[in-house]
Amino acid sequence: MLNQHTISDLTRRLAQREISAREITQSCLDRIQQVDGRVRAYLSHDPADALAQADAADQTIAREGWNEARPLMGIPVAIKDVLAVRNHPLNCASKILGNYISPYDATAIEKLRAAGAIIHGRLNMDEFAMGSSTENSAFGTTRNPWDLARIPGGSSGGSAAAVAADECIASIGTDTGGSIRQPAALCGCVGLKPTYGRISRFGLVAFASSLDQIGPITKDVRDAALMLKVLSGKDSRDSTSLPDPVPDYPATLSGNIKGLKVGLPREYLVPGLDSEVKKSVDAAVQKLVGLGADVCEVSLPHTDYAVATYYIIATAEASANLARFDGIRYGMRVDGNDPAELYSRTRGAGFGPEVKRRIILGTYVLSSGYYDAYYLRAQKVRTLIRNDFLNAFEKVDVLVTPTTPTAAFKVGEKAENPLQMYLSDIFTISCNLAGICGISVPCGFTSPGNLPIGLQILGPPMGESTLLRVAHAYEQSTDWHKAKPPLQ
Amino acid sequence: MVSANIDVAYVAQLARIHLQPDEKQKLESQLAQILEYVEKLGALDVSGMEPTAHAVPLVNIARPDDLQPSLAHEDALRNAPRQAGGLFIVPKIVE
Amino acid sequence: MDYEAVIGLETHVQLKTRSKMWCGCPNQYGAPPNTHVCPVCLALPGVLPVANEEALRLTLRTGLLLQCEIPARAKFDRKNYFYPDAPKNYQLTQYDQPSTRNGHVEFEFNGTLSRVRITRAHLEEDVGKSTHFERHSGVDFNRAGVPLLEIVTEPDLTSADQTHAYLNALKEILQYGGISDCDMEKGMVRCDVNVSVRPCGTQALGAKIEIKNMNSFSGVRRALEYEIPRQIAAVRRGEKLVQSTRRWDDVAGVTEEMRSKENAHDYRYLPEPDLMPFEPAQDWLDNERASLMELPLARKQRLMREYQLPAGDAEVLKNNRALGDYYEPIARLSKNPKLLANWIINNLQARLVEIMEKEKTEQASLGLEPDEMKFTGLADLKFKPSDLLDLVEMVARGALSSASGQTVLAEMVASGKAPSAIVQSMGLAQVSDAGAIETLCDQAIAQNPNPVADYKAGKEAALNALKGQVMKLSRGKANPAMVGEILQRKLRG
Ligand SMILES: [Mg+2]
Ligand SMILES: [Zn+2]
Repeated sequence: MLNQHTISDLTRRLAQREISAREITQSCLDRIQQVDGRVRAYLSHDPADALAQADAADQTIAREGWNEARPLMGIPVAIKDVLAVRNHPLNCASKILGNYISPYDATAIEKLRAAGAIIHGRLNMDEFAMGSSTENSAFGTTRNPWDLARIPGGSSGGSAAAVAADECIASIGTDTGGSIRQPAALCGCVGLKPTYGRISRFGLVAFASSLDQIGPITKDVRDAALMLKVLSGKDSRDSTSLPDPVPDYPATLSGNIKGLKVGLPREYLVPGLDSEVKKSVDAAVQKLVGLGADVCEVSLPHTDYAVATYYIIATAEASANLARFDGIRYGMRVDGNDPAELYSRTRGAGFGPEVKRRIILGTYVLSSGYYDAYYLRAQKVRTLIRNDFLNAFEKVDVLVTPTTPTAAFKVGEKAENPLQMYLSDIFTISCNLAGICGISVPCGFTSPGNLPIGLQILGPPMGESTLLRVAHAYEQSTDWHKAKPPLQ
Repeated sequence: MVSANIDVAYVAQLARIHLQPDEKQKLESQLAQILEYVEKLGALDVSGMEPTAHAVPLVNIARPDDLQPSLAHEDALRNAPRQAGGLFIVPKIVE
Repeated sequence: MDYEAVIGLETHVQLKTRSKMWCGCPNQYGAPPNTHVCPVCLALPGVLPVANEEALRLTLRTGLLLQCEIPARAKFDRKNYFYPDAPKNYQLTQYDQPSTRNGHVEFEFNGTLSRVRITRAHLEEDVGKSTHFERHSGVDFNRAGVPLLEIVTEPDLTSADQTHAYLNALKEILQYGGISDCDMEKGMVRCDVNVSVRPCGTQALGAKIEIKNMNSFSGVRRALEYEIPRQIAAVRRGEKLVQSTRRWDDVAGVTEEMRSKENAHDYRYLPEPDLMPFEPAQDWLDNERASLMELPLARKQRLMREYQLPAGDAEVLKNNRALGDYYEPIARLSKNPKLLANWIINNLQARLVEIMEKEKTEQASLGLEPDEMKFTGLADLKFKPSDLLDLVEMVARGALSSASGQTVLAEMVASGKAPSAIVQSMGLAQVSDAGAIETLCDQAIAQNPNPVADYKAGKEAALNALKGQVMKLSRGKANPAMVGEILQRKLRG
């Protein structure tokens, strides 16, 4: 079944004309037909449009042959419902956007198109990317393909579930506090959060502008490297995008990590860490040692402050970012007698509970008299957290941690306790605060339960090449990434 | 840190979000809990610390003063909940 | 007890850029509604701002013109408030790290020099424009995102007239510097006026009352002429004024209190995460400083000093920058710079107006827009500035009468020929030969016995009639000064 294969597999066979883009696309569509009624990864998709793009790709290949410069030619890539795709709906899994249709393409979408990808479907997520379980979608909860009673993680839950369930070849997610890595870990995929500024955010509906990054969710590390190469680069439409040249990431996957220094942050041994998770991560570390890496303990002393810092900064930025959803220029509108009433009614009816909670928290921490105590202080603690990482990367090349403290939890388990939900992001959040890069790769399964466990590898700013090399070397020495969920 | 007392009604009004009474009540207790949790930042000495607003050290990012195509008028108004005469229509603005 | 007013201004000025502040839409007035908009300035989901470098340059240039400090680092902040004309529901502005601060403006007022301190001139963005109907309002976002400079003064002004003079001086500086066209009709300049009153001689400021959104300088003056006495009367009555916002009703000629927006002042400023800080390079600043033009007031003072111009003429040449720029290079070569100024201000300007009017009529008859005019002023004159200098020198040394000079100028404008050539071909050279003039005087005296008698009877004015006759006989070429002298001598003698 073609939908189970990686990009690198499929493109090799496409190049040799063994298979067609239409066959790949059809296999994904069949799979969606077969399982998405249960997984509910997609909010919408348009089979006719996908097949038309596939046919165009096949014609291009027939006409021009395989072109290395367009490495995603004929590959269906599904998109989280937070990126603008021209003439397509964009809802951010929220009611408030109503029947909104984007009149423009995000830069990431343009780059995918330029690389030949088939842009297909809108994937479910937590509303405005706020959440860790995809339970906050206004359009229903996505299920974990490994256990349909469980959450797929979030906010890019649809993106991870679709890849894990082989409903697409690769997907795009976004990561503000772990929203790529955590669902990738819980669904048994590879999820990469690049360095802040590596991929243009133009066309990504902002949750927390200084933390948001776009990244791929894929079936293996090589595919993540390939996607990163396509998506990266300076964009004149994003003032925060970095001008650094884009390396040939797949070419750096040598499999050799001899002498590489791997740091284990002492502070990540938290009380809530599940023993199964700890066992798998310990085993993964032993594997790295076996591959020739030097492992040592390091300290990130301000780790314990990361969640609090994050929820102040992210919600403050969100409170401003989401102000534009007001029922005036687009989206749903609940009328009122004056504009203020229209705003309050529209936003009261249009936003879900988690979004309201975060907007109100963010509004509060910025409000008169509280700015210094909350927001400014959080920004200063952010400096301390960033410095922790920069200091650690003076001594080691990468850091290794669990991606999440536990495997996927049950739908509804934490829904009534937002703070508990926030605390489950404890291992992923600092990476966004520091602006560094991180990846999650499969490193085992719980027993009993057979739920995926993720290994998080963190690298310094612009350290993706090293990060990917370590992740790849580890992955290739295991079979975890080859496992498929028991979903018929 | 300041003690965690949040006037949810006032803040919701600032944020222009209408809350049902039960929503408001729930938020009050949840936000109190969250604010109590973030109190821990008060324990840190941050004197002399520079605030981090951006995770990347760029300066002077600007664009040349060149014209780019605007949206076609239909596209600009395509998503408007209400429009007339090329304008976005809203309830009467009273100052 | 006597009271005095304390006035400070926040003036918003649209910058003269091609495109808007954060996107490539045109910064242009008068287009049909919502045609100069794009995803960025409509704040569609997913967009990001990118700063217009020309707007940043003009801001720094303004800072230099207003004698401001240029801090090493500036940044943008989000000012959060909900309003239908604000697409993002926050305005991007510079809150605690503006591009410029601590400057001043000097201007003439009541025959002395006034100085108003400038707190800051910072860069922000304009909002859309609302039109009000019976039950609804409509919003046009063409103006949303146009770069706007906010120039804030210290409370250094004390009267309506002085405030008016400051605004004119500011406008002149901004126009001179190419910062803004300051076209009031197009809403390019708007101000908020802060005014309070206090007993003369005291220092503490009274309750600050803000009059918002004034769009004409004369409106500001009239509003203050109303508001200051209103406040003084209120205080005299023993009322306690409170900080508030008022609106100027231009038709009724009164200010009235605005329904104060709840929580209007909790703006929840937040550093803009989507824009990086700006750090102007020193060599760039040095270059910019070196290329700065002279401030208008300084120019006026220098024109008076260097060319001995009367204040009125210097004022005209200051007010019309192009005219001043035309004047100065030839004035430096002239032996009679005062006369030259006179000719430029009176005669040349009149010719220019004539040509422009004619051109406009022609354009209109062809159905063309005014901006398609071929002749736009001094730069399109057919003759060289040095030709005008030659002409005025001829008049000054008596080689050409003033009246003939006018004829020559008209011909220069029409044909672009040099004045000497025109004088020759038209035979306009002034007669300054005493013998020839004596003959003409004798002739006039003989032909006009009545004025001669009148003059001799003591009517000085009769001399002018005789003078006119001599000029007529000479067909305008006789040197008028010599004619006067000779006539007097003959009639007395
Ligand atoms: Mg302002
Ligand atoms: Zn625009």
